[in-house]
Order: sequence, then C-alpha cells, then structure tokens
Amino acid sequence: MAEGIGKFKKKHYVKAAVLGVLSLVLYTVLFTKQHILNETFAKGGYYALLPIATAFLFSFVHGGFTGHFWDIIGISAKKEKR
Amino acid sequence: MHDLAAQASNFIDLTTTTAVYLFIVGFIGGLVSGFIGSGGAFVLTPAMMSLGVPGLVAVASNMCHKFPKALIGAIKRYRYGQVDIKLGLIMGVSSEAGVLYGASLQEKIKHSFGDAGSNLYVSVAFVLALGVVGSIILKDVLKSLKNQTTNEEEKVTALARWVQSVHIPGTMVYFKSLNARISVLFTLPLGFATGILAATIAVGGFIGVPSMMYVMGAPGLMASATELVIAFVMGVGGSFKYALHGLVDIRLSMLILGGSLFGIQLGAIGTTYVKPFMIKVVMATIMMIVLFSRLLMIPVYLSQLKVISPLSEGLAKGLKSSSFAIMILALLIGAFIILKAIIKGLITEHQLNIKLAVKHQHASGGQ
Repeated sequence: MAEGIGKFKKKHYVKAAVLGVLSLVLYTVLFTKQHILNETFAKGGYYALLPIATAFLFSFVHGGFTGHFWDIIGISAKKEKR
Repeated sequence: MHDLAAQASNFIDLTTTTAVYLFIVGFIGGLVSGFIGSGGAFVLTPAMMSLGVPGLVAVASNMCHKFPKALIGAIKRYRYGQVDIKLGLIMGVSSEAGVLYGASLQEKIKHSFGDAGSNLYVSVAFVLALGVVGSIILKDVLKSLKNQTTNEEEKVTALARWVQSVHIPGTMVYFKSLNARISVLFTLPLGFATGILAATIAVGGFIGVPSMMYVMGAPGLMASATELVIAFVMGVGGSFKYALHGLVDIRLSMLILGGSLFGIQLGAIGTTYVKPFMIKVVMATIMMIVLFSRLLMIPVYLSQLKVISPLSEGLAKGLKSSSFAIMILALLIGAFIILKAIIKGLITEHQLNIKLAVKHQHASGGQ
C-alpha cells in the first residue's frame, strides 16, 4: 500500500519536474525574445495562428505543471465521487 | 484600421512589478473561474488598461488567456464528471455568433456615440444583466438559507420543467446534465445572449450559468463546469478575430495565463469539496458587488455625454477609482469564500481520514 502511494507520488514529482522545466523554458523564451515575438504576432493575417498556437502550447505545458503542483503539495480533489 | 494598427504597435514595456501584478490578478481570476465557470476575467481588462495598455489590446489579450484557461479548467472538471460536453459545444457555437454580433454592436455604438457612449452602454449592460440575473440567484440563495435547504439536492425550477416538457420535432437533443431532452431552439438564444454579454462585459457566464441552471434545469456544479466549454469555444473564435488585426500582446496573455492556470486548477478542486449551493453564493456575491461598482460609473459617462451637468474632475476621478477598487474587492471576496470553503473541506476530509484509519486499526487489532 505504502509502496503504491510512494510510486504515485514519484510519478507526480517526475511529471511536475519535466513540465515545470519546460514551462520555465517557454516563459524564458517569451521574455528574452519578446520584441521579435510581438513584432511577428502583431502582423495579423496568417500570423494570427501564432498567438493561438502559443496559447495552446502554454496551456498544456504550464497547465499540466500546475495540476501536478497542487497534487504534490497535498491539495487534490475529494476522493469520493459526487 | 489605422487605429487598430496604431494600438497593435503600442505594446507596453513590462517591468517585474507589472509582471507580478498580472500573475496575481490572473491567479485570483482563475480561481473564481475554476469554481463558478466564469467571472474572473471582468477585472483583467480594466486591470491591464490601468497599466497603460490600449483598450483593444487589453480586451484581445484578456480573451487570448481565457480560452486556454477555460480548456484546462474544463478538462479538470470533466475528470470529476461535471462537464456536459454536448451542451457546452451547442451553446458555445451560438454564443460565438453572439460574440460576433455583440462586438459589431459595440463598434456601431462607439462609431455613433464615441468612447463615452460605448462605455455607458457597457456599464448599463453590466447593471441590467447583473441586476436581473444577480437578483434571481440572490433570491434563490436567501430562500435556501431561510428554509435551511442548503444541504439538499437542487430542485429543477418550474420554468425548466416547462422547457423540458416542450417537444418540437426535429430539434430535440438529449443532454446528460439535464437528464432530459430539450429543444435546441431554447439553447440557441440563451447561447447567443451569453455571447453578447461576453463581448460586452467579458463575462458571458453571468448569463450562461444561470440560464443552464434555472431555464434548462442543470445542477449548479454541472452548469458552472459546462460554462468552461462555452468559454473555450467563444474564446478561440474571439481571440482569432483580434489576432487577425495583430492586437494580442502575447506577453500579457501568457503572464495572466501563468497565474490563472494555478488558480483554475485550485478552483476546480474546490468544487469537489463544496455543496452546489456555494456556486450560487459566490456568483451572487460577485455579481451584486460588481453591479454596485458599475453603477458608480454611470454618472461619469452621462456627464461626458452631456446628458447631465458636468461632474468636477475630482468627483469623476474619485468615482472611477472607487469603481475599480470595488471591482477588485468583488473578486477578492469571491476568492476568499472559495479558499475558505476549500480549506474547510480539506480539514474535514483529513479528520475523516484519521477517524477511518483509527477505526481500521481498532478493527485489525481486535482480530
């Protein structure tokens, strides 16, 4: 039982670490290259797909990280089904 | 078009303070949205504008953070069995049409009556929608408190029972959240109204969630979760429309998203610890406070339109600042109620786990 919980926690830690690092990389790129990105994204037209794609990318990477974050610090959904 | 281009090229310089401010506002907004399905975004546009971001860029950047946030929230709450995807998608499509119509209406008003006319229209929409819908929810909350039925299962309203009883051939669709078939001729106008409100005050959920609860008969938890699907559908289309004109400041969107993704996960977790009644409490509280905040701004816009005698500069400034402060207060109070409910729920569950463990230990010791 305890081993099972340990494995579950370890899985969360590994996923959180990977997604956390990826998220950090994404935000670092966003702010270090902000002038190029803003200039390109502001062109409009076909370039409109870029902010949409960026939003999807950040949501999956950073969203995945935040989900594991709350689990790791012990805040997770109530176990019983409503 | 030149105006749009000018706004697009006018992206602000970001400082660490600005970034932290947006992250925190995003977190609180996300927390509220994760819990009641919407309601966290209305403060973000004025919050960005207070930093010097041009109006249209603020609206566009707000919208571009809303759809990915709603997506993550919807996925999370789907895992808890709270989302009706079919209802969300059907309402989402008609709300997208409402967004487009609402945005063009807004442009026409701005063209005819200028900024003050447009602002007055937004404030009146806020007051009317929040006044009418907020009063209905508040009345429901007070009734439950008075009859001490806050722990009981939600009852389907007489209106929803009637809607579910109407049979229009060729238009009937089964929705799991309602456990009934209703005509899409009812969902279409409600979705459209949700979209118009979203385009006007940035929170369509103030019509979407109550209409699913009171007009269609969905439970509060499912209505608030399904609203996230609607917000996603509306947000993608709206963001693309603004992005076509190059109006999205991706740095602002992603900063707010950074905070709001922490918030929305927490808000979604919170829904598993509370009674459905709490969704209505938070929604009614926020709506009534925001209503008061927007009421304060009406004299300012009326004086700018010269409908009433001009206000002194000091008074107008005071009303503007008070209105913004009350709006932030509404969000903070909503967040406080949610956090308190989550903490209470976590403590109760922890105590229950301890009791169960002790019981289990006694049972194994006795064998």
